[in-house]
Amino acid sequence: MSVSGDLFSSAADEDALARLRLRLELAAEAGELLDVAYTTVDSPVGSLLLAATPRGLVRVAYEREGHDRVLDTLAQRLSPRVLRAPKRLEAAAQELDEYFRRQRRAFDLPLDLSLSRSFRQLVQRHLPDIGYGQTRTYLQVAELVGNPKAVRAVGTACATNPLPLVLPCHRVVRADGTPGGYIGGPAAKAALLRMEALA
Amino acid sequence: MGVRQPFEKVVEQHGRTVLRVCRALLGIHDAEDAWSETFLAALRSYPGLPETANVEAWLVTIAHRKAIDVLRARKRQPAPVGELSDAATTLSLPGSGDDGLWEAVGALPDKQRQAVAYHYVAGLPYAEIAEIVGGSADAARRAAADGIKALRRYYPGATRKGAPS
Repeated sequence: MSVSGDLFSSAADEDALARLRLRLELAAEAGELLDVAYTTVDSPVGSLLLAATPRGLVRVAYEREGHDRVLDTLAQRLSPRVLRAPKRLEAAAQELDEYFRRQRRAFDLPLDLSLSRSFRQLVQRHLPDIGYGQTRTYLQVAELVGNPKAVRAVGTACATNPLPLVLPCHRVVRADGTPGGYIGGPAAKAALLRMEALA
Repeated sequence: MGVRQPFEKVVEQHGRTVLRVCRALLGIHDAEDAWSETFLAALRSYPGLPETANVEAWLVTIAHRKAIDVLRARKRQPAPVGELSDAATTLSLPGSGDDGLWEAVGALPDKQRQAVAYHYVAGLPYAEIAEIVGGSADAARRAAADGIKALRRYYPGATRKGAPS
């Protein structure tokens, strides 16, 4: 007869584990072993996953992207040393909160763009040039980065933006004035444009 | 393809079991230091772990070494731990009520305590346990059986405790 299950179970496990998790987070950061820290925050456009390397914010993900799938991808592409560690994301979480309260119009955070390359990264870097409350068409953005023929590639760069909201791809719209696609879904894009238009 | 899952999942899936293993090896007082050392060392070497590795056996192997370190340190500096009668006062987890059990496990000889922890707590097969502690699988099986027998004698209430899930 086995005595395992009930013999060693304890109601106090949860408290101890919560304490140990926090201790691991701090020790990992101090020991420079926290390659990818992440947390989730609530927002008016749903739960957002925020992830950062020691260099800066590396990923903002909408719930519809599947947070677990995003974490798997980060483990594969950056490092499997991925831990839930909200402390590193405190500044990002606060700036996003201010943005959604309409108390912030631009983000001032260290960013890590290592998830995107070449032309896509070039486009993404230029997205903050589109000011709060403004929009540009895909063609205008292509012209902005000096490659007016690359309209489709601009669309791809927006669709694969690793840092939506912070790099405001929601401000890039179709030439006919309709919002167009968005990594966070068309409803989120419309809501963000509506919110920024109130200013 | 690399399919190494995020380390967060390793903590979620195995953190509780490793904590119980550490308690069985060291008692409730030193278990948390051993758990922390185990997961920090695991995080450090995780990217190099072969994808086919049994993650729980790997963690228990690290915990085994960390527990030995803690026991060695304990011998160097006389500390008032390990006494059956101290149980209630060293307990830092309110409402756990398991202090007597962990003390009883702590009173077992090393081999029995390890075999009980790795088989009954971590659920490892005896062949894996033999690889961690040395000796044969049969010896590990005997040590676990002797340990459980002794536990029932020290701590007759053990099998009735807790809520079966």
